[in-house]
Amino acid sequence: MFENYSDSQVYLAIVLAPLIGSIIAGVFNAYISRAVAHTVTILGVGISFVLAVFVFKYFAFDDAQIYNETVYTWLVSDGIRFEIGFLVDNLTSMMLVVVSFVSLMVHLYTIGYMSDDPGYKRFFSYISLFTFSMYMLVMSNNFLQLFFGWEAVGLVSYLLIGFYYKKESAIFANMKAFLVNRVGDFGFILGIAGVLMVFNTLDYAEVFAAANSQANLTIELIPGEQWSMMTVICILLFIGAMGKSAQVPLHVWLPDSMEGPTPISALIHAATMVTAGIFMVTRMSPLFELSETALSFILVIGAVTALFMGFLGIIQNDIKRVVAYSTLSQLGYMTVALGASAYSAAVFHLMTHAFFKALLFLAAGSVIIGMHHVQDIRQMGGLKKYMPITYWTSLLGTLALIGFPGFSGFYSKDSIIEAVHASTIPGSTFAYYAVLAGVFVTALYSLRMFFIVFHGEERMDHHTKEHLKESPWVVTVPLVLLAIPSVIIGGMTITSVLYGDYFANVVFVQQAHDVLGHLGKSYHGPLSMILHGIMSAPFFLMAAGIATAWYLYMKNPELPGKIKNSFGLFYDILDNKYGFDAFNEKVIAGGTRGLGHIFSKFGDIMIIDGIIVNGSAKSVAWFSSVIRHVQTGYLYHYAFVMILGLIGLLALVVY
Amino acid sequence: MLTLTHFLVLSAIVFSISLAGVFINRKNIIILLMCVELMLLAVNTNFIAFSHYLNDTAGQVFVFFILTVAAAEAAIGLAILVVLFRNKRTINVEDLDTLKG
Repeated sequence: MFENYSDSQVYLAIVLAPLIGSIIAGVFNAYISRAVAHTVTILGVGISFVLAVFVFKYFAFDDAQIYNETVYTWLVSDGIRFEIGFLVDNLTSMMLVVVSFVSLMVHLYTIGYMSDDPGYKRFFSYISLFTFSMYMLVMSNNFLQLFFGWEAVGLVSYLLIGFYYKKESAIFANMKAFLVNRVGDFGFILGIAGVLMVFNTLDYAEVFAAANSQANLTIELIPGEQWSMMTVICILLFIGAMGKSAQVPLHVWLPDSMEGPTPISALIHAATMVTAGIFMVTRMSPLFELSETALSFILVIGAVTALFMGFLGIIQNDIKRVVAYSTLSQLGYMTVALGASAYSAAVFHLMTHAFFKALLFLAAGSVIIGMHHVQDIRQMGGLKKYMPITYWTSLLGTLALIGFPGFSGFYSKDSIIEAVHASTIPGSTFAYYAVLAGVFVTALYSLRMFFIVFHGEERMDHHTKEHLKESPWVVTVPLVLLAIPSVIIGGMTITSVLYGDYFANVVFVQQAHDVLGHLGKSYHGPLSMILHGIMSAPFFLMAAGIATAWYLYMKNPELPGKIKNSFGLFYDILDNKYGFDAFNEKVIAGGTRGLGHIFSKFGDIMIIDGIIVNGSAKSVAWFSSVIRHVQTGYLYHYAFVMILGLIGLLALVVY
Repeated sequence: MLTLTHFLVLSAIVFSISLAGVFINRKNIIILLMCVELMLLAVNTNFIAFSHYLNDTAGQVFVFFILTVAAAEAAIGLAILVVLFRNKRTINVEDLDTLKG
């Protein structure tokens, strides 16, 4: 790629640059100034961003060969190699650019957002460490390293959600995120174990090469029930993705993760980490293609997430939570695309979503800075004239999110909807209507927030209003830089990513599932897609959503309150988030505590303490209290026993 | 004519008497010491008898050693006994049960 440097050195530099920055900012925290901390970390991420762009160019335009090498063998056990290695292909290079770009923007933004926070250096150390972990995840060429990256991003996510570690709700939220992710990771590691069991290797290339020959393998998990091994493995792996990518019912941690500082909500909980599940399933497409059951499962889970999480966004009043529910809903869209075998569309939406959702989060953060850390949208309003740059970038981000024709989100979301429509696997009809209805819901909650925050009556108190001003340039520059790809990247790349051969060597789709190939026949470039788009159902639904939001929150602001009162039951259901939290608290957490209490009382205190530990001590004491009576202390008794022993020995010798 | 058997029977009888003395005796610890000495004598009788009939003097040499050890043992045993009596004011076997568990 570069003269004088081998490919592996370049890839190592990409991975290690943020790690070194993180170590300097973290380990030498006490010895360096704030300026040094942000300089080294931004430098680290900057280097990796520049290299990632070169790598991307190399793969996208110069037709590079796929790089798949092991850089370090950790250990070899019974023929199974545990290695660190890099697999760099078109998918990886695209992920590298997305991750490093958003990460760089967030690093810059953090200088402004965290400027008066005592944990400034710690924060930079964490986000650089996150960037390193995410690189390890997307660049891995084997399941072990994938799992390492998977857990490492989870760890950093945990650390960052609990960044304000003196805040009760933040500690609760990070513990919740950690525990819910454990459920997903349990499935994930079982899936990896399944792969190891069937293929006897952890290397992607070897597994995928052997996948077809193992397609008909079955496993008997419950006696008498033969299940396809591939279905079991794929569903287990997808459970991991459900945890990380926050799909129903493991989504509950994502809204709470908003307790963390806004930059990490943008980086980790919107743009990159939560899309790890989507990336993973795309990477595993040769396995997932073998199991229609697993695809159907993915499709239905994604559709439920896309629609029902969108509803929740409508009633939230915390600016970050609205965006968080929107993220859940968009992750649902990506998952639906995976289920419909439109892996390219999922990754395409992942990419466009990373840009516009990071933008929306950072814009929300900018609003929060302006409002002096008030997050309740009911206290905002009319911010347009105070924060013009934030306003216009938010507008672009919102239009991209709702899929306004011409914006990035339009291409990716419409492609997903079309792909689901073309799909024939079980559940696709339900998924189609769910994602279609989701368009209306997305437009409604996005514009609701937009109107309430930036237009209408100014509801903030007098003191806040006096100090309202546009955020500093370190905050607005990332907004502008993110707004550019949010608008143009979709139209620029759709032809090659979705209908070209960009993913030809990465994503494997069976002929019968090839919905994108089917769509490709009627695709004639981005402009004709816009023309076609404005005459199709999603566009009308989106327009209806915008109109509804406008009517409810601009034209007639009293109406939402009346609707809320007359549909109290529905409001309560939404307000309780369908009862997932209550269910988890009462049934899962309460049940676990109850079970633990039973185990503690009967298992631990009664059986282990009472019978095994104290019981054995007691029986020894009792036995010795009986046997000590043999020790009379009289010499003639000892002598007698000695003689008996002697006779016994003699008898043994004689006979 | 005395044969080897007579000597062996004699020493067996003496040994048994001393053995019975060790654990039938409940009174005096001195009798215990005497019984132990008697056991050694029974063994010595065996040694001498075999030595004579097998024409091997090693047995008789051995007896000298045993007698020496027995004398030393009797001396130490009696010394212990004296100390014991000073401390406990008794040499009654029934009263000496400090080994009791």
